Amino acid sequence: MKIIVCVKQVPDAKDVRLDPKTNTLSREGVESIMNPFDRHALEAAVALKEQYGGTVTAITMGPPQAEETLRDAVACGADEGVLVSDRAFAGADTWATTYTLAKAIEKLGEFDLIICGKQAIDGDTAQVGPGLAQRLDIPYVAYARKIGGCVDGTIRLERLMDDGYDEIEMAMPALMTVVKEINEPRVPSLKGKMKARKMQATVLTAADIGADPDQLGLQGSTTRVVRVFSPEFSAEKCMLTGTADEMVDQLLNKLDKLL
Amino acid sequence: MLKIDVEACIGCGVCEDTCTFGAIKVEDGVAVVGETCTLCGNCVDVCEVGALSIDQVEKKAAAGLEDWSGVWIYAEFRHGRIAPVAFELLGAGRKLADQLGVMLSAVLLGSALGDSAASLIAHGADKVYQVDNPALANFTDDAYANVFEDLVREYQPEIVLAGATAIGRSFIPRLATMLGTGLTADCTDLAIRAEDGALLQTRPAFGGNIMATIECPSTRPQMATVRPLVMKPNSRDESRRGEVVDYTPDSARLQSRVKVLRSVKEESDELNITEADVLVAGGRGLESAKGFEMVRELAGLLGGATAASRAAVDSGWIPYPHQVGQTGKTVCPKIYFACGISGAVQHMVGMQSSDTIIAINRDEKAPIFEVATYGLVGDIFEILPKLIDRIRERRTGGSNRG
Amino acid sequence: MIVDVARQITAEKIIPQRAELDEKEEFPTEILRTIAKGDLFGLYIPEEYGGFGGGSFEMVLALEEFAKGCVGVATSFAASALGAYPILVSGSEELKEKYMPVIASGEKWAAFGLTEANAGSDASGIQTTAVLDGDAWVLNGTKQWITNAGDAQIYSIIAITDHSKGPRGASMFVVEDGDPGFSYGVKEKKLGIRASSTRELIFKDCRIPKERLIGRQGTGFFTVMKTLDLSRPGIAALGVGLGQAALDEAVLYAKQRVQFGKPVISFQAVQHILADMAIQVEASRALVYAAARHIDTGTKEISKESSMCKVMATDMAMKVTVDAVQVLAGHGYMREYPVEKMMRDAKILQIYEGTNQIQRNVIGQALNKEYSRS
Repeated sequence: MKIIVCVKQVPDAKDVRLDPKTNTLSREGVESIMNPFDRHALEAAVALKEQYGGTVTAITMGPPQAEETLRDAVACGADEGVLVSDRAFAGADTWATTYTLAKAIEKLGEFDLIICGKQAIDGDTAQVGPGLAQRLDIPYVAYARKIGGCVDGTIRLERLMDDGYDEIEMAMPALMTVVKEINEPRVPSLKGKMKARKMQATVLTAADIGADPDQLGLQGSTTRVVRVFSPEFSAEKCMLTGTADEMVDQLLNKLDKLL
Repeated sequence: MLKIDVEACIGCGVCEDTCTFGAIKVEDGVAVVGETCTLCGNCVDVCEVGALSIDQVEKKAAAGLEDWSGVWIYAEFRHGRIAPVAFELLGAGRKLADQLGVMLSAVLLGSALGDSAASLIAHGADKVYQVDNPALANFTDDAYANVFEDLVREYQPEIVLAGATAIGRSFIPRLATMLGTGLTADCTDLAIRAEDGALLQTRPAFGGNIMATIECPSTRPQMATVRPLVMKPNSRDESRRGEVVDYTPDSARLQSRVKVLRSVKEESDELNITEADVLVAGGRGLESAKGFEMVRELAGLLGGATAASRAAVDSGWIPYPHQVGQTGKTVCPKIYFACGISGAVQHMVGMQSSDTIIAINRDEKAPIFEVATYGLVGDIFEILPKLIDRIRERRTGGSNRG
Repeated sequence: MIVDVARQITAEKIIPQRAELDEKEEFPTEILRTIAKGDLFGLYIPEEYGGFGGGSFEMVLALEEFAKGCVGVATSFAASALGAYPILVSGSEELKEKYMPVIASGEKWAAFGLTEANAGSDASGIQTTAVLDGDAWVLNGTKQWITNAGDAQIYSIIAITDHSKGPRGASMFVVEDGDPGFSYGVKEKKLGIRASSTRELIFKDCRIPKERLIGRQGTGFFTVMKTLDLSRPGIAALGVGLGQAALDEAVLYAKQRVQFGKPVISFQAVQHILADMAIQVEASRALVYAAARHIDTGTKEISKESSMCKVMATDMAMKVTVDAVQVLAGHGYMREYPVEKMMRDAKILQIYEGTNQIQRNVIGQALNKEYSRS
């Protein structure tokens, strides 16, 4: 079975804090990590490989330093890493990202399964998985929480829904996104780390994947950021006053933006 | 790509201070852009000498954007009922449609829909496009997206909104890709720009540390998913009239490569407390297992998980996996409700990095208020039931309150 | 890299579970499997047997990290090495090929059986016997307080093969879980390291194949001594890791705890305790690393260095953990904070693999020998 795992390098969210003075994200000392959901995607892929044989390819789109995330992936059981990197990709929204990833994956050749984390913790859009499936015209299931097994070119899984779960059978090649519940990602092994240190990621540029420049990066994006601003925090701490009714009222008003 | 005019740049560093992503830095008196640049354009706006520019050919807007008209919302229907978020979308969509002076329509897909369309009309829809077909009894991404795509192509709405639920977040992105248009996920605010009627979609990024307003300038429809419980539903008005359009899709479009073998409903309290966006935690102040039930109820209403202080766990009101703190789990939800928790250091180390902390406690000197974003001093047995009632009213959209 | 892997396992698997494992006295099966997946069980085993090919120093680094999380878990891991060393030191090529790869991969765990009711520090009191009967050795007797007993699959044990020969009458054998006549006693209840398991090994006419003899007949004590020389720096490393963890907890607490309007770390009385803790931890670490490097040079004279670092680092761990509890005071005494467990766990380090008094004997004898030579 040939499995592709899409991974993304993200800033470690728990370290990202807004600097109240400058209103910018303080990134000092913020580590870059593999998107936590992608670790679960990778684990699912490696477990399938261990069960059914085959290979696991980790692919990421990002700046050159995103290769570090591919190294992590190899340390945790991926066989190879593919870095899709080009200045032309900068500013891509999910539309341009799925175009780029789809082109790169087509370039890599046949595959049976693509696994993605359900979303990235920096953007939280959860759009790349479904968008990619559509670009590649393959079936897709979101929020897989359990893999039943693979038989005759189909894969069985459970997907998490808001009110329970669905048992699914899907023909491969296919794409799924996974939730954290699906597994416990392994800690990288010593041998994996040694392999990762030597790993040479395959680098694919816009030219390598035969991309149409109009579809890439900011140019290819269908959405555009009009404004970036800090959320208004009325006050750091705010003691509500009044009767119980009044306090509940105030609280609900404050929470409107959050809930 | 961000262009820096080295001649014009005076190395003042304003761009460096402005960049949210730490991508631009002044080195040797000249601004230098790094790999993390997302081309957001903030630095271009603040540069006083006009040394920065983003090189972009304005995309030619697809011809006939003005042919697209009307606001649509996706009315999610599953296991025999309309998801509450559909009513919230109708509330938000109504405002947008009125401002644009266009119709508000709902798209209802499923099987055995009954009189669901009527209820959508009562909550503000002018029109309901419904597809009632056994092939849609279970949700599958491709069949739902196919049918929706056909509807959009035929009727050409300018705006499509959907709930950021498991289903919405699963197939709406696929639909957007099919339609070749942009989609903004998890919006918390929607507005119409007066000049050109464009939909301005605001969403949090980086775990809510920054907000971004996004537009979809050159393609239609403009699509967004909206977090449940953000928008307010309109109250039900049985006198409202609207049109129901029964749409019959091409049978080939109902085929799915994904088979749903079984669809199971289950209690949601299984949610792992370290993953939940909303955590409602209870402590000693709830006094009994019965008191603790209120915490469960609120968590259920908010789609969150139930957590507890050690005192509540030790009292046997809830099992250990729900414990937050030194000997329990460390959590960082978007919202943390501390109900009847005084805030011993051992508890606080496990939750103090939550984005928003709401503390309800009788003792105004309780340490929990030191970390609380919003503090409510008072009787938990009075405040909590009121809060629950008010949130329930909003969820069902059945109250008279706006 | 070893430290990276061990540290991640400690942070993600050991620390979140240690309080529960201690409370329930539960063997850390899952954590040991994670360590196995991390390729750390074979650190000290040569590459030809599927190991990493490292030495004492590599083991010390890994054990120090694990001990920062939980000495109980680290002990279970270390005990497997203790059970493997006799085979590695004296075993035949056949025995090595049979057992080393499965121990290196972590598929099977080992244990070491020396102590008996009447043979603790005085190993000559051993009463377990092994008699050759045709193609089999027949074992009779009971081993006491054996770490990993009942959870390990491979046991290196010592038994008397010839009473008349005194110290040269003992031999070591490999016994496998499931061998006929081999059973375990009940699990002991302990003060500390409660995540590790401790039981009796009971041999009643236990028959094992002749080939399970480790080395030549009569070399049992030599093998035991050699094994303990190799393993003691590991115990010392547990002391260093534990001491470091206690220091970390104490400093963090002292920075955060406010009394008389100030964090308690601003009081000299507290600062001095912390300073002394830090000095001792650092000094012990330096000695343990030096001893491990000394062993890895391949020299035969290692008993003294091995014993010295064990005494220093484990006495340090006891003192530093007691001090950590003192710094945390009331909170430190409560099970809600990890330092009381650290203090309980520290005590065994001064006792097992040769009490610190016996270690001083070893050092004294070595000094005597050393100085009579010149």
